[in-house]
Amino acid sequence: MKAAKGTVFRYGDNVDTDVIIPARYLNSTDPKDLAAHCMEDIDKEFVNKVQAGDIIVADKNFGCGSSREHAPIAIKAAGVSCVIAKSFARIFYRNSINIGLPIIECEDAPDNISAGDVVSIDFDTGVITDETTGKTFKGQAFPPFMQKIIDSEGLVNYINSKE
Amino acid sequence: MSGMTMSQKILAKHAGLSHVEAGQLIEAELDLVLGNDITSPVAIGEMKKFTKGGVFDKDKIALVPDHFVPNKDIKSAENCKCVREFAIKNKITNYFEVGQMGIEHALLPEKGLTVPGDLIIGADSHTCTYGALGAFSTGIGSTDMAAGMATGKAWFKVPSAIKFNIVGTPSKWVSGKDVILHIIGMIGVDGALYKSMEFVGEGIKNLTMDDRFTIANMAIEAGGKNGIFPVDDIAIEYLKEHAPGKSYDVFEADADAEYDAEYTIDLSTLKSTVAFPHLPENAHTFDNIDEIKVDQVVIGSCTNGRIDDLRCAAKVLEGRHIAEGMRCIIIPATQKIYLQAMEEGLLRTFIEAGAIVSTPTCGPCLGGYMGVLASGEKCVSTTNRNFVGRMGAIDSEIYLASPAVAAASAVTGKLSQPSELGL
Repeated sequence: MKAAKGTVFRYGDNVDTDVIIPARYLNSTDPKDLAAHCMEDIDKEFVNKVQAGDIIVADKNFGCGSSREHAPIAIKAAGVSCVIAKSFARIFYRNSINIGLPIIECEDAPDNISAGDVVSIDFDTGVITDETTGKTFKGQAFPPFMQKIIDSEGLVNYINSKE
Repeated sequence: MSGMTMSQKILAKHAGLSHVEAGQLIEAELDLVLGNDITSPVAIGEMKKFTKGGVFDKDKIALVPDHFVPNKDIKSAENCKCVREFAIKNKITNYFEVGQMGIEHALLPEKGLTVPGDLIIGADSHTCTYGALGAFSTGIGSTDMAAGMATGKAWFKVPSAIKFNIVGTPSKWVSGKDVILHIIGMIGVDGALYKSMEFVGEGIKNLTMDDRFTIANMAIEAGGKNGIFPVDDIAIEYLKEHAPGKSYDVFEADADAEYDAEYTIDLSTLKSTVAFPHLPENAHTFDNIDEIKVDQVVIGSCTNGRIDDLRCAAKVLEGRHIAEGMRCIIIPATQKIYLQAMEEGLLRTFIEAGAIVSTPTCGPCLGGYMGVLASGEKCVSTTNRNFVGRMGAIDSEIYLASPAVAAASAVTGKLSQPSELGL
C-alpha cells in the first residue's frame, strides 16, 4: 500500500455520519456532490480548506450512527488520504475498507497530534509520524484478510479476483 | 474450548462450522440482504462492477424505499426509480412500492421475512432490529450490500458479547425505549462497540414484541454489532401470526458461553428516560431536569412506530389537546399498522388532539422531510438519534423519549411524563 502525507484536521469523540454528510444531501450519490458538503455540520470551513492528501485525526468512535457509505465516499472524494482515530464505529470501518479509504486505529496518536500538523503514515508498517513534532506512533495493522481487500482496492475487485 | 453465545451459534451455523471463537474471521451464507432508497442506489452502482452478473437469489433480497418516500424531491425520485428498475429487472420478490411499503425494520418482521436463527445484513444501521426475533442481523454499507446481493455471502469478524440479564416487571408507562435509553446511558455510545448485546432473563416475558424490537433496534446506538433476544412463547406467538408455516432454528447460548461483561437490569426500578442532545447516552430521568419548552413532537420511526407505540400515545392524547404552538407528527410505521390504528380509533384520537398523521416514512427522523427543525427549535422524538443537525438546523435540539413521554410533552408543550397529566 502507498504511504499518505498531509495536513491534519483534528476532531473529538463520536464524530457521527450525520455530521460527516448530513442526510439533507443523501438524495445524491455523486461523490463530488457529497464531497462539497463533507463535515459541514461539524466544521463549515473544512471544504474550503481541505487539500488533496490531508488527514483527519479524531478520538474514539469515529463514524458512529447511520450506515451511509456516503460518509467515507464524501471524505475520500474530498481528497482526504487517511483517517486516524482511537476507534471507529464498525459499519464505518467496514465501509472504508470496502471503498478503499485508508483508515488506521491508534490509541496514542490522536492525543499527541494537533490541527495543522503535517503527518505521514506508512501503511505497510502502521507507523504514523507527526513530522511537525517528530513524534512517531504505531497504528494497528489490518488482519491479512482485510489487507487483501485493501490491496485489491475494494471489496468488489477482491470478489472479482477470486472468481 | 469455551461455549458459544446465541450470536456466535448463528454465525457458526451459517459458516458451516461447528464452533467459532470471538475475533475469528469467517465467511457466512446470508438468509436476507436488505437495502433502502438511500443505500440501494449506491449498491446497485457497485453491482454493475461485478464480473458475474445478477443476484444470488431473488427471494432473499428485500428492497424497501422508505427514507425519502413518497419521493420528497426530484433527486430522491431518481433514486427510487433506480431501485424500482433494478427490482423489476432482477425480479426481486420482496420489493415494496408505496402503498405496500412501511419503514423497513417494522415491515420485514411483519411480513414474516425475518425469523429466528436467520443471518441478515442490511444497508441500514438499524437492521439490528430483527434480533428481537432471535436472528443475527446487522447493519452494513452499500458495498457489502452489493456483494451480498451478488454472492449471498458476507465476511464477519465473530463478535464477543455483553450479557444483559433482564429481571422484574416494568411500571406503568415504562416501555422498551426506557430500557434501551437506560442501558445506553449506562454503557455509553461505544459501550458495545464491535460486540453483541444479548438480552436474557426472566424479565423478558414482561416485554412485548414491540418493546423488544425497540430495544434491539437501538443496539447500534451503543455501538453494538447486533442485539438479540431468546425465542420464547411471546416470540413464537408473533411468528405464528406473521410467518405462519415458515421453519426456523432457535439458538440458546451455552451455559459456559463467555461474556466481556454482564449487567442485571431490573425493569421494576426503571423510570421514564430521556436522552438529551446531542448523544443517545445523555440519559436523564425526570428527577433531575429543568423545564424544557418543546416546539415539536414526533412519534414514529423504526424505533417506535409500531401499534403498541401508537396505542400508548393515544392513551395519553385521548380527550386532550396538544399545546398551543406545538406541532405533533405521528407516523405509523407500516400500512398494516396504519390500518389497525384507524380501525381501533387511534387516528381519530390523534387528529382530534391536534396532531397530524402521515403515511409511513422515515422522513423527519433523519431530517429528510415531514418535520424538519428550524434553528433553535426543540423536538421530543421517539426516534433513535439526537446528533447535531440530525433533524434539521445544526442548533436545533432533539430529546429522545418513549411514545408516552412524547405524547405527554405534546400536551403540555414542555418535556413531560404522563404523571404530569394525572395519568
